[in-house]
Amino acid sequence: MRYIDSLSALVLLVATFQAMAADRTHESLLDNGLKLIVQEDHRAPVAVVQIWYKVGSSSEYDGITGVSHALEHMMFKGTKNVPPGKFSEIVAAKGGNENAFTSTDYTAYFQTWAAENVALSFELEADRMRNLLLLEEEFKNEIRVVLEERRLRTDDNPQALLGETARAVAYQTSPYRQPVVGWAADLQAMEIGDLSAWYKRWYAPDNATLVVVGDVEPKAIKALAIKHFGAIARQNVKPMRKRPEVVQQGTKTVTVTSKKTHVPHLYMGYKTPVLNDVSSDLPEWEIYALDVLMEILDGGPSARLSRRLVREKRIAADVGADYSSTSRLSGLFSFHATPAAEHSLEDLEEAIIDEIAILQKEPPTQAELARIKTQVVADRIYQRDSMFYQGLIIGTLESVGLDWRLNDEYVENINRVTPVQVRDVASKYLIPASLTIAKLLPGAGE
Amino acid sequence: MKTIKLLVCAVAISFIQVAQAIPQIEHWVTENGARVFFVAAPEIPIVDIRFVFSAGSSRDASKPGLANIVSQLVKEGAGDLDTNEFNEQLAQTGAIFSTGALRDMAWISLRSLSEEQYLEPALGLLQSVLSRPRFDNDAFERRRATALISIKRDKQSPGSIASKAFYKAVYGDHPYAVSPSGTQASVASLNIDETVVFRERYYVANNATLAIVGALNKAQAQALAARLSAGLKPGEKPADLKTVSQLVAPIEQRIDHPSIQSHVRIGQPGMRRGDPDYFPLLVGNHVLGGSGLVSILFDEVREKRGLSYSVSSHFSPMAALGPFTASLQTDGSQVDEAISVLRNEIRKFIDDGPKVDALEAAKQNLIGGFPLRISSNSKTVEYLTMIGFYNLPLDYLKTFSTHVEAVSVDDVRSAFTRRLDPDKMVLVVVGKKNSDGG
Repeated sequence: MRYIDSLSALVLLVATFQAMAADRTHESLLDNGLKLIVQEDHRAPVAVVQIWYKVGSSSEYDGITGVSHALEHMMFKGTKNVPPGKFSEIVAAKGGNENAFTSTDYTAYFQTWAAENVALSFELEADRMRNLLLLEEEFKNEIRVVLEERRLRTDDNPQALLGETARAVAYQTSPYRQPVVGWAADLQAMEIGDLSAWYKRWYAPDNATLVVVGDVEPKAIKALAIKHFGAIARQNVKPMRKRPEVVQQGTKTVTVTSKKTHVPHLYMGYKTPVLNDVSSDLPEWEIYALDVLMEILDGGPSARLSRRLVREKRIAADVGADYSSTSRLSGLFSFHATPAAEHSLEDLEEAIIDEIAILQKEPPTQAELARIKTQVVADRIYQRDSMFYQGLIIGTLESVGLDWRLNDEYVENINRVTPVQVRDVASKYLIPASLTIAKLLPGAGE
Repeated sequence: MKTIKLLVCAVAISFIQVAQAIPQIEHWVTENGARVFFVAAPEIPIVDIRFVFSAGSSRDASKPGLANIVSQLVKEGAGDLDTNEFNEQLAQTGAIFSTGALRDMAWISLRSLSEEQYLEPALGLLQSVLSRPRFDNDAFERRRATALISIKRDKQSPGSIASKAFYKAVYGDHPYAVSPSGTQASVASLNIDETVVFRERYYVANNATLAIVGALNKAQAQALAARLSAGLKPGEKPADLKTVSQLVAPIEQRIDHPSIQSHVRIGQPGMRRGDPDYFPLLVGNHVLGGSGLVSILFDEVREKRGLSYSVSSHFSPMAALGPFTASLQTDGSQVDEAISVLRNEIRKFIDDGPKVDALEAAKQNLIGGFPLRISSNSKTVEYLTMIGFYNLPLDYLKTFSTHVEAVSVDDVRSAFTRRLDPDKMVLVVVGKKNSDGG
C-alpha cells in the first residue's frame, strides 16, 4: 500500500511549504489606487520589477484587435522626458534585462537588475504610465515590426495558426476569440489615434499592479513607490465589461489545411469555468478538481495521456492537455496531439475521448492522486528558484481580479480534491456539447 | 528629466557588490574519474544535479541522430523498472528528470527536494539510470518513430530549415555540420545495438562532468557524487573533435519554402570555449547584435526600418569553433533590402570596430547584468556544467567582469578582423523564391 506512505509524506511536505510561504509578501495600496506587492528574496543582490496593467486583447473589440499589444511596443518609443530608444539604453547601461508581454487579460513590463536599481525602474515606469508621446513616425515603423511578429509567430507556423483558428471557432461571444497579436487586417488599418485613446483609457495607477520580487526591504520599496507614483492622479478607470461566452450547444469542428503543413495535428477544447466564475451555483472545488484532472492527464512523467496514448497504444507521437484556472473569463480545457505514423487524427480523437470516458466512469486511484499532489507541492517549492516566475504568478492573479494569496492557498485547495470530485468535473464539463475540434492537415492553401 | 540623467551617469559601480554574490565553487574528482563541481545553496530546500558527457551529435560519426536517440532512451526505464514503473516512482518523489543532447554534450538532470524522504528515492532512481539503463528495443522503436515525425515537422519551420542548412554550409565535413536530430534516412537506419554501443562508449565516468547545486553541505555532496558516479564504468575520455576548417569562398543558398517571411542566416566558423579572443568577441558582438533591445543590428534593422521582429548576431562558443551567426526574418518582398542592411552593418563593424561609447555601454551591460547570470540555482548549475565541461578556469565567474572591463576598442577591432571575413560568409535564405528569379 504505497500510497499511504506517500500521503503521510505529503502532509510533511505541505507543512514545509507553508513554513516557507509565511510573511514573505507585503501588499499595500497607494492613495491613487496603485497596488504594490513586494516579495522578499535575498538569495542574490538582484530584483525584478514588473508593472501590470489590466488591459489585454480581451478588452478589445472588432476593428481594433491587437491594439493592446501594439501599444506595448510603443511604450518603448519615447515619453516627454525620455526620447525614443532611450528607455532601453538606460536599462541596458545598468545591466538590466527588460521586456514586456501582452496576453488576453493584461499587459506587463519588467526589468530585472541589481536591486539598487528598483528606484530607477519606478522612475521610468511612472514616467511612461502617463507621459508617452506616441509619435506617428515611430508608430508607422513599429506597426510593421508587429506585422512581422505576427507572420513569424502565427502565419508561418501551422500549429499556431491551428490554435488561433480553434479559439476563433470555439468562442462565439467571448473576446477570447480574438488573437492577442490582432488580426492582420486590423493591424494594417490601425492608426496612432487608436493607441492614444487606448493609452488614455487604461494606463493609470488605479488600473495597475506593481510587483517587486528580490533583495529588497518592503518598507523602503513602499516609500519609493509613493515617491515616484504617488503624484499620478487616479483616473477612475472603468473596469472592462465581462462579455461572457454564450452556452455552446453542440460540437464544433474546423479543419485548417495548408501546404506549409507536413505533420497533421489535433486540437480539442472543452468550455470550462475558471476561479472567476465561482458563485453560489459553482463551488470552488470544481475548479481545483479541474486542475487535478489536468494533472492526471498531463502532469509529470506518469500522467495518463503519454502513458496510454504514446507508450502503450502508440497512437500519438506526442499529446498533452492544458487548463488554466486563472484567466479573467472562462476558458477551455484543451488537448493537443500529433498522431503516430500510420494513425489518423480520427484515431487520435477517439483515443482521447476514450481516456476522458474512463475518467468519467472511474475516479482516479488514491495513489495516482497522491502522486499528483506531491508534484504540485514540489513544483511550488521549485518555483522559489525563479524571482521572475514568482512575480509572474502574483501579477497574473491580481490582474485577472483574483488575490495573490491564492497562490499560497493553492496547495491546500488542491489537497482537498477527492477522486470522486475529479470524476464529477470530467463528467460535467468534458462533454460533446461544449467541444470544439480543430484539425491541421497538409493540403492546398497558403 | 534630470534625475534619470543623473542615474544614468552613475554607471556600473555595482561591480564591487557583485563580487560578494559569486558562488564558491568546490571541485573534486571521484574515484572513477568523474569531475565534480559543487555550489552550496542552502536557501531553498532543493537540489539540482546535472551530469554532462561529451556525447552530443558531434559523436554521431556516420549515424546522424544517434546521440539524440540515446539521450532519450536514458529516460526509458532502468534496472527492474520499465518506463511506466520508473515514471510512477519518479512522480512519487516530486522530482523532475530530464535528458537531452546537443552538438557537444548530452546531459542527464535531476531536480529534487532536499528532504531525505524525497531526495533518497529520487537519487536511487538516478543511480539506476546511470548504472543499469534498460535500452529496450521496444522503447527504441517508439523513440525512433517519434524522432522521424519530429524531423518531418521541422520542414514546417522555415527557421529550422535555415538553421540546418546554415550549419551544413558552414561546417562541410566537420561533425558540427549535421543536425542533432539527424536525417530521415540516418534515423530510419539506426538500430538498438548501435545505441547501446554508443552509451557504453560515451556515458562513462572519465567522460563525465557532474554539477551539483543545492541545500547540501560539501560532505553530503561528496557522498552523493561518489554514489552516483560509482554506477558509471570508468571508460575513457574520447579524443578531441577535429579542427574546423575556415571557409575558402562565400556560399549562398536560397531554399524555396511557402512561408510569407524569408528567414536569413549569415555567418561562418566563430570561436570555441576558452578561446583567447573570447572576451573581445563577446563584448564586440554585444555592440553589434548580441544585446537584447540595444544593438547596431536591432537599431538598423528593426528600429530604423521596421524590417524584422527579431534580429541578432551571436557567437556560439563550443568545443571546436562554434558558429558566428547573424539572423533575421522578414516578409519575402523585402528580404533583399534586409540582407543588404545586415551585410553592410557586419562589414562596417569588422572594418571600423565599435564606437567608444557603444563599447562602454556594452561593458556596463555585461558587468551590471552579471549578477543575473547566477541569481538562481538553475542558472548556477548551468554555469558549473559549462565551466567543467569546457575546462574553463574555476575562477571564471570571479574574473568575468575584470575580463570584460579590460576589452578595448582596438581589442575588438583586432579580434573581429582576424576572426571574421565578410567576403567568405555563408548566406542562407529560406522563403518563397521571387518569380523574377531574385
